[in-house]
Amino acid sequence: MPSFARHALMLGPLLLFLALAYALPFLGVLEWSVTLPRPGLGQYRTALSDPLVLSVFLRTLRICLTVTALSLVGGYVIALLWVRGGPLTRALTELCILIPFWISVLTRAFGWLALLSTKGIINVWLERLGLISDPLALVRNEFGVVVGMTHYLIPFAVFPIASAMRGLDERVLMAARGMGAGRARLFWTVFLPMTVSGVLGAALLVFVFALGFFVTPAILGGGRSVMVAELIYLNIFQIPNWGLAAAISVILMAAVGLLGVVMLRVIRPAGLR
Amino acid sequence: MATARRAAEIGAEGIGKMFGPFAALTDVSLKVGRGEFLTLLGPSGSGKTTFLMILSGFERPTAGRLTLDGRDVTATPAEARAFGMVFQGYALFPHMTAAQNIAFPLRVQKRSETEIRRRVEQMVEMVGLAGHAHKRPAGLSGGQQQRVALARALAYEPPVLLLDEPFSALDKNLRGQMQDEVRRLHRETGTTFIFVTHDQSEALALSSRVAIFDHGRLQQIAPPREVYERPANRFVAEFLGDINLLPLEGAEGGVALATARCEGHAVRVADAGRAPSGLLAVRPEYMRLCPLRPVDGNALPVRVADITYLGAQSRLALRTPGGTPLTLQLATADLPAGLGPDSALWVGWPEDRGFFL
Repeated sequence: MPSFARHALMLGPLLLFLALAYALPFLGVLEWSVTLPRPGLGQYRTALSDPLVLSVFLRTLRICLTVTALSLVGGYVIALLWVRGGPLTRALTELCILIPFWISVLTRAFGWLALLSTKGIINVWLERLGLISDPLALVRNEFGVVVGMTHYLIPFAVFPIASAMRGLDERVLMAARGMGAGRARLFWTVFLPMTVSGVLGAALLVFVFALGFFVTPAILGGGRSVMVAELIYLNIFQIPNWGLAAAISVILMAAVGLLGVVMLRVIRPAGLR
Repeated sequence: MATARRAAEIGAEGIGKMFGPFAALTDVSLKVGRGEFLTLLGPSGSGKTTFLMILSGFERPTAGRLTLDGRDVTATPAEARAFGMVFQGYALFPHMTAAQNIAFPLRVQKRSETEIRRRVEQMVEMVGLAGHAHKRPAGLSGGQQQRVALARALAYEPPVLLLDEPFSALDKNLRGQMQDEVRRLHRETGTTFIFVTHDQSEALALSSRVAIFDHGRLQQIAPPREVYERPANRFVAEFLGDINLLPLEGAEGGVALATARCEGHAVRVADAGRAPSGLLAVRPEYMRLCPLRPVDGNALPVRVADITYLGAQSRLALRTPGGTPLTLQLATADLPAGLGPDSALWVGWPEDRGFFL
């Protein structure tokens, strides 16, 4: 059997599953978006002009960019410790990445709530120490959402960055040191540029994940910092306006699809090749 | 040879390196003169690369002292020594162009922009890369990448250039070209070169002296001709080229002239440079085949065991009546007519071409 046919046969079940579980329902969503409550592109017009929807889009973009930036910086430092630290540092870093990674997103969101709420551990202790008189607003706002999401997404930044760091030729670093380059120069002119592909891969991965986040913003945003996924939920189960929910879903899907194409075609980041 | 102002003299005294219980280097002492071209030669695992890493400062010796122009640099880290290095596999910065790679050490030294531009141009010219300076390493051939690596390592006129098996990834023709190139660069820069290789012909062709390592010990350090023709011990003799070893009995006499018997035949050894022993070594190229017993020099009767055709050359495997194997290589055109397995012949060699081991 020619290898093409064999591959097609092996991929077949997966493609069939994707068609039934994702493509078909999505076509349904696409249909709602142009038929509910009446045929036409009215819901798209609303989605792209209504100040409330636009403000949610804008907030989603702002939160996702912040979370991506924080995850990249944190992820880079963690990956650096993980790949280039001593044996003990490596083992500890691995534990610190994997243990939260295994805990459910819901549990983690409630964990942050316990820590950050007005009667939470941080506020109580700051008050007892006399450092503040009124509790700080650490949750039920964008700050809480960003903290929770960054915590969840950092491992997804760590993996591609660590993979790029592992692929680095040690002799190139030795060459730079041998020519007299100190630590700072080594990092900024050699190490960082040579791992930038991993950073770009991590950026796209984290950003795309962040766009569709629902549980964390719903809990830590407390209904005030609504993001796109929660807006879709509200339009289906609370308002309800299924046509608008469908139109927003299609726009979100298009944005994710576009970023996916960029990720695969243009950047070809390390670790996702 | 123009000795560069910056070329340095290196001294190693009793250098040792332990990796846990394993002794990678034991008591290595040598001096490398200003502007010298020294090759570190040995089989893999002999300690030559470890010694280079210690010279460069990437490894700290566990015993001994290292000096640079008389200063103790044993504890000086690699970045402070700033020796030029050329690695196996080039180790170029993949995100920089050839010109940016060459400029890197100059930027580290904070030279002025004009000087950097001038010097990069000069180096690109020197290694024959004109027209390729704007390319990234991925766009260059293996030989061109190696030239960039050489230019980068020499751009800032380091006191010493260390080369770690730089040509092992190149094919044979390119390797020959690069060897000529390295020799020319050594002549033109006058820098002290220390070159690691496991290729004996490369070592003999390039260097002013060869240091031969085995099992972490320095076996001999001498000019190429001397290590080849007067090896210090059996390891060196057998590691460099082919050698025929003849067991001797009743060796007596002195350094100037000694006599002995080999399988009952009288053997004379002139100018052996060493007191007589029980083993005589003769390089195959000094042995000749004779149909009859030759009149002068030493001679042994042999039978042909095998003939290997190598093109221009043929290799003969011979055996004496006592069972000692001998190897001879001669021009295929000079093979006696009718020679075949089991042909009986004589092998002769001049008295001053054997040496005791």
